[in-house]
Amino acid sequence: MNTSPDMSIEIAGIPMRNPVMVASGTFGYGVEYADMVDIGSLGAVVVKGICMEPCDGNLPPRMAEVPSGLVNAIGLQGPGVKGFVENYMPFLRQHKTPVIVNIWGRTIEEYANVAAAFDVVEGIAGLELNISCPNVKEGGVSFGTDLRMAAKVISAVRRSTKLPLIPKLSPNVAGIGAFARMAEDEGADAISLINTLPALVIDVETRRPVLRNGVGGLSGAGIHHFAVKQVWDASRVVSIPVIGMGGIYEPDDALRFLLAGASAVAVGTANFTEPRTAMRVIAGMEDYVQRHEYGSIRDVVGMLQYGQVKP
Amino acid sequence: MQVETGIVQEHFDIGSGYRRLTLSAPTVCPQVKPGQFIHLRVPGLGESLLRRPFSIYRAEAGAISVLYKQVGKGTRELAFLPVGGYADFIGPLGNGFPLPHPENCIPVLVAGGYGVAPLSLLARNMDLKGIVFVGGRTAEDLLCLEDFKEMGWALEVTTEDGSAGLKGRVTDALDAWLSKGQKAIVYACGPDGMLEAIDKRLLQHELPGWLSLDKHMGCGVGACLACVQRVHTEDGGTRWKRCCCDGPIFAAGEIDWEFGKDAS
Repeated sequence: MNTSPDMSIEIAGIPMRNPVMVASGTFGYGVEYADMVDIGSLGAVVVKGICMEPCDGNLPPRMAEVPSGLVNAIGLQGPGVKGFVENYMPFLRQHKTPVIVNIWGRTIEEYANVAAAFDVVEGIAGLELNISCPNVKEGGVSFGTDLRMAAKVISAVRRSTKLPLIPKLSPNVAGIGAFARMAEDEGADAISLINTLPALVIDVETRRPVLRNGVGGLSGAGIHHFAVKQVWDASRVVSIPVIGMGGIYEPDDALRFLLAGASAVAVGTANFTEPRTAMRVIAGMEDYVQRHEYGSIRDVVGMLQYGQVKP
Repeated sequence: MQVETGIVQEHFDIGSGYRRLTLSAPTVCPQVKPGQFIHLRVPGLGESLLRRPFSIYRAEAGAISVLYKQVGKGTRELAFLPVGGYADFIGPLGNGFPLPHPENCIPVLVAGGYGVAPLSLLARNMDLKGIVFVGGRTAEDLLCLEDFKEMGWALEVTTEDGSAGLKGRVTDALDAWLSKGQKAIVYACGPDGMLEAIDKRLLQHELPGWLSLDKHMGCGVGACLACVQRVHTEDGGTRWKRCCCDGPIFAAGEIDWEFGKDAS
């Protein structure tokens, strides 16, 4: 069989040539990796988080390497809506790959304003909503871990844009299913998960946190199987597509998300070490579809045979 | 910038726990400018470990050499890489030192520890000969002294414990030279404290110069924003630059050394 398998998929109304994206914050604005990665081969590019105005982020050190991955507290440094559109959209528009913009805000109003601002920008396929930000109006508690606040954010953004809307769920909650259902109820077109897990890296010699911010978010290999479980839990209670992410380094890691019910995946932390991970993952998934004689990659979604452990 | 898989051509101790690694690099080698670095994947450490940045010490005959000291998990594992083995790297990365060096002033190189590696490559790419200051904690930290002697550069050595050269810091020797008031451009590479001290002197003597910073990096290509350095802007404010792709070479007077120092 020499014909390439059908890898195409539609997520939140966005047609993609394959289900492999690059995760927000791990691929810059695309241009940083253009020398090494064929942007045109990706399912979609999810750019680093953007809020209304330029944001300085946290003081360094911002990243700590741990045996199972990375802990980061970059602090959402970014160019703001205007800076992003002027400096990065001309490059991103050159490719036929859908551009999904990850957006965030410090208040519900800011979330809505950022969404509305992107609604009129040419070349944007959809918005991913980072709800794991501190709510400055209500004492700095993350929007993403409070069901009522998260619903307010998603609802406000939904009313502010016609673009496909993909809330990115925080794993730092008691039941991911309730958040997934809420997102669908509030008008989300898809959901993505998981965001990083809260972590604290301690330098025992100085007795201080390694990161200047103190705590950070854990990503990479260590969170993979946890993320697969979260995706499995979420995908069974919603009818909108789920985008799975967390510790994808190999094709099998991506396939696990699909089997657990995700319709697409995003490669994140692995990009830092191996910029071409997504391309290798796509090739491996194509091979899988052929070896197992599936009609298309879409037929793999949700095919987990739970409870049927082979002897 | 490219990903290249190199074959290990040489890998040996150069004394005091420092090692030299030479990798074939037919694609990357011809593109190298002094002051640039490669981002090396350390084989055998599994998929979750980040690459490690190394200043380029030599780029010739289709190969790249780097010098390193075994200081952490990455470099300790790297030491086991055998000749004939493979390692892949992204490069050349970073901006590199601005060349050519202007004709009418003396090149002054200031190195701390293995910061000498990119400066040795820089000297080899200069037509002029100047003076190099090499400093370390002890005699064991002094590398590449023969390189500069062979090239006919004047050499000043300092150690903090007095085990070689002048006892003191490299800036002590530099101060004595700067006080002569000669027209010079300074190129420096070493720890932050040394670079900050040199930067202050350049401002004082109104001399131009270039500082090469050594920072922990994530991606190496400007995407992760882990290696940011605060710099002054023309309008009197400050902003972040990414050490990996906007640096690692910064102009004298550009770095805001005070930013973030309080309340730490």
